[in-house]
Amino acid sequence: MTAFSNQSLMRNKYYSWIIKNLFSSWVNSLMTVVAIIFIYEVGTFFLNWAIFGADFRTNFRGELITDRTLCSKNISPGEFGACWAIIYARWDQFMYGFYPIEQVWRVNFVYVLLPLAIIGILFDKLPFRKYFIYFTFIYPFLAYFMLYGGPGLSVVGTNKWGGLLVTLFLGVTGIGLAFPLSIVLALGRRSKMPIVKSLCVVFIEFIRGVPLITLLFTANVMLPLFLPDGVNPDNLLRALVAVTLFQSAYMAEAIRGGLQAIPRGQIEAAQSLGLNYWQTTRKIILPQALKIAIPPIVNTCIGLFKDTSLVLIIGLFDLLGIGRAALADMTWTKLYYEVYVFISLVFFIFCFGMSRYSLYLEKKLKTDNS
Amino acid sequence: MERVIQLEKVNKWYDDFHVLKDIDLNVQKGQKIVVCGPSGSGKSTMIRCINRLEAHQKGQIVVHGTELTNDLKNIDMIRKNVGMVFQQFNLFPHLSVIDNISLAPIWVKKMPKKEAEDIAMSYLEKVKIPEQAQKFPGQLSGGQQQRVAIARSLAMNPDIMLFDEPTSALDPEMIKEVLDVMIQLAEEGMTMLVVTHEMGFAKTVADQMIFMDEGKIVEQATPDEFFNNPKSDRTKLFLSQILNH
Repeated sequence: MTAFSNQSLMRNKYYSWIIKNLFSSWVNSLMTVVAIIFIYEVGTFFLNWAIFGADFRTNFRGELITDRTLCSKNISPGEFGACWAIIYARWDQFMYGFYPIEQVWRVNFVYVLLPLAIIGILFDKLPFRKYFIYFTFIYPFLAYFMLYGGPGLSVVGTNKWGGLLVTLFLGVTGIGLAFPLSIVLALGRRSKMPIVKSLCVVFIEFIRGVPLITLLFTANVMLPLFLPDGVNPDNLLRALVAVTLFQSAYMAEAIRGGLQAIPRGQIEAAQSLGLNYWQTTRKIILPQALKIAIPPIVNTCIGLFKDTSLVLIIGLFDLLGIGRAALADMTWTKLYYEVYVFISLVFFIFCFGMSRYSLYLEKKLKTDNS
Repeated sequence: MERVIQLEKVNKWYDDFHVLKDIDLNVQKGQKIVVCGPSGSGKSTMIRCINRLEAHQKGQIVVHGTELTNDLKNIDMIRKNVGMVFQQFNLFPHLSVIDNISLAPIWVKKMPKKEAEDIAMSYLEKVKIPEQAQKFPGQLSGGQQQRVAIARSLAMNPDIMLFDEPTSALDPEMIKEVLDVMIQLAEEGMTMLVVTHEMGFAKTVADQMIFMDEGKIVEQATPDEFFNNPKSDRTKLFLSQILNH
């Protein structure tokens, strides 16, 4: 009985919400109807294209698709669904680039451990967090050893890396290296020492004033000039340098915003207790400033993650580069939609994840009493 | 009597604005000095110069025989012995009460964590809020926050305490709990320099009253003389305004 009345109460709640928000006036009702029709049309079209009418490994005749002429839409004029076979066929390239296929377990190993390496940073109440953080510091060396090779493992040059591996490598390493650098830059920019301050200002403003593409070209062409003869860093490393510098300048500005939000009294209280500059910075200023700066920091991270796809112009095959390479292959050419939708989806998953994490943090910090 | 703070012809400017004009002041060990005066008279600036939160440009400030210059070593040494309590409490909002108090002993005095926390607890008991140890500053009332701030300063075991309008940001009903702690501290013999308009407090604890106006010390006298027989007209006017409101 009570369950029943609860149910009808709930239903009433829904009804009144719908009436109030969707059908409150003639104009509102009309817009609601138009919007529903629009969403329905676009939604059904997309679902039909992407799932219900699509070929995955086989076409509508049940044959395994091995090249684009076997896609349903290329056989029968009535078919229009996506032909995902290109993704299956190129899956290894999308994930690993040109990494030797018998060695891809090494990449998988690194992929699987990546969440364990970042989870400790993301969640401060995680049980055994200390050990996760230790692992975060070990991970880059472990990952480099696994990916590049060394004693006991055959060397796989970075020219063989590609696809998601390059995208993640540049994104994660770029962000990871830029973070400490950006803290130094942000602190330097507020320094009372004129030389340190102007160096930081010039660096940040210069990097922010130049498009990433230009930096990538510059790093590609100019980096060898600054290094001793015979040292010839590979393309991926050059791109990493450019990406890191670029990201650090933007992140530094985000952090500076956080630093500016800390009341002067905090520094004075720390000083009056006898804490020196570094103790004050580490214990009082940064913990508060970084907390405030999290949303803009994540924002720059999302931006950078997407911008890594620009490396295709200096000849690296990131996810997008691999996709374009697949389209250039005569066996699979012209399946643009499938390739670009797939790449978009992969980028979306990572960026949406970062965005949700930022929202979660904002909410958490708002309710935090600290 | 041991002289612990000595200011001689101290001058300070903010750009063109002359905030402190030829300030002379001597504080003996164990003395309680209350500084009052209208806002903008330089009273806060003066005590902030004593632990170098502000730098003076001319004259001499000597604390415990150490002269305050740009030498960071001297500044650090003086700050370890001089505690300060602020108008806005300035507790660290990201740290719990006990962490707020034990932070400086751990990092500045290199004390083991356990020992520092024991000390923190003993000072929390002294300011009568040991039960708030695990809370964060944002969860406390203004009066409680200011008492934590006092405990935080005391945990460094200073021999001079500076108070910069410690009750000005508090609701009236919380002023007493903070003043009670300060009176207790005064009774224990702490050397105190207090900027405040709490004249009742001044009458209870002060050995010396200082009245400042426009960057100068206008009058310095014992409380008895200061309240009953002020010399300058400016002091009389100020007292009539502050005592009759």
